[in-house]
Amino acid sequence: MKYVLLICDDETVSPSMEEIAADPAYRAYEAEVERRGGTLGGARLRPVASATTVRVRDGETLVSDGPFAETKDFVGGIDILECADLDEAIALAALHPYARHGCVEVRPVWE
Amino acid sequence: MTAPEEVRAAVAGAYRNEWGQVVATLIGLTGDWDLAEDCAQDAFAAALATWARDGVPARPGAWLTTAARNRAVDRLRRDKTRMANARQLAVLERDPVVSQVEEIPDERLRLIFTCCHPALPFSARVALTLRTLAGLSTGEIARAFLTAEPAMAQRLVRAKRKIAEAGIPYRVPPAELLPRRLSAVLAVLYLIFNEGYDEVDGCRALAVEGIRLARMLVRLMPAEPEARGLLALMLLSEARRTSRTDDGVLVTLENQDRSRWDRTLIAEGVATLDHALASRRSGPYQVQAAIAACHATAADTEATDWAQIAALYTELMRLAPSPVVNLNRAVAIAMAEGISAGLALVDELAGSGELDGYYLLPATRADLLRRDGRLAEAAVFYEKALELAPTEAERRYLAARLRKLRSR
Repeated sequence: MKYVLLICDDETVSPSMEEIAADPAYRAYEAEVERRGGTLGGARLRPVASATTVRVRDGETLVSDGPFAETKDFVGGIDILECADLDEAIALAALHPYARHGCVEVRPVWE
Repeated sequence: MTAPEEVRAAVAGAYRNEWGQVVATLIGLTGDWDLAEDCAQDAFAAALATWARDGVPARPGAWLTTAARNRAVDRLRRDKTRMANARQLAVLERDPVVSQVEEIPDERLRLIFTCCHPALPFSARVALTLRTLAGLSTGEIARAFLTAEPAMAQRLVRAKRKIAEAGIPYRVPPAELLPRRLSAVLAVLYLIFNEGYDEVDGCRALAVEGIRLARMLVRLMPAEPEARGLLALMLLSEARRTSRTDDGVLVTLENQDRSRWDRTLIAEGVATLDHALASRRSGPYQVQAAIAACHATAADTEATDWAQIAALYTELMRLAPSPVVNLNRAVAIAMAEGISAGLALVDELAGSGELDGYYLLPATRADLLRRDGRLAEAAVFYEKALELAPTEAERRYLAARLRKLRSR
């Protein structure tokens, strides 16, 4: 099954790409993903301040500033993984360094 | 021909004992929870007619599993257009015919771990376990939890959909996940038992189901001391159930008629606990069962080993800390070391604010003050407890206490 991990946190700390790449916890996560067959894709997202939300209502395109919902944690990146089942996806999500200060939402892909 | 009442009794007995096993096996074969339930239902209906004609089979479970499986093959064949059906059929037809296999592997463990998976909401875990393992109808579960039947049906549908769509595995978790997942299963069984136990009048079905499921778990996981600990705790609680109220008034442990306690259940509970403790892997259910055993085997309050109970509560605080456990520990210390030591701990707990609004906090304080002869202060706290008490039986008890204090 395919799962998308939504990597969320409250953005109080925003490490650079280089800092993340050098973080041993992140490297451990990457190594485990690699060992289990690798990622199907993923992306780190710019902070929520750069977000734009698009809605179409009655044929009119409404564009607004900011994220789609008022929450404490924001999606800061996604990872697409192939896993045997939810338990494997949970194991990988738990290994992601952001799980320790933010959270990781595991969503099955509609296939 | 077999007498109709004999057949009905045999089918009812098989329903109690085999429903979970039949459903679990069918889920294991087809991966389809609704199909499994429907086919199990059909198999039990077929049993009524066939057993009346041919007699009750030697192994009703094997008969029912085969019947349910044949039914599944029929239903899948009728609609082969779905790819998924073709795959399920391939599995069903490849597997050896169940009736020719001596031992059917017990699939119920896989089922209970899936029902109690932490990715499901807790209320759904309880409902799924009662429906698929214990065989309670949606209506029965709804009534037990004071929920409307359509709402309960919806809860079950959503849970089964999540299992399928989120890919919750149908298996006994591997060793590294087992301790946490097992405690999730135990929590579901304990809640089922308590829902039935706390129900003072009527609805006893859940307590009985809780004990039955705990017995099943012990049989399936004989090396897990906490499963045995939970069963022991249930048996030792059940043994005292009828003496907990008298004419709708709560009777405290101290004043219960101990001759009404069920000695057979106490003996079984103590033996089950001893078996668990022999493995020397302690856990919160074993400790709670040990506390229950101290009470169940004491002749009266005076003869109760309060020092031992206090030590067990201290151990329970280490394993599963909670303010309620701490309150019970304070009572045990009051009984073992003196009222003032216990009261000091209760004051400390009250100061923390963690138990604000919990009626047993003022009720406990009132009881300790009364024992200490501080009757005016005791009355103040009985009044507070009376305002907070959740059930009529408890309110009647507290009101009676107040009347007694004031008549002195």
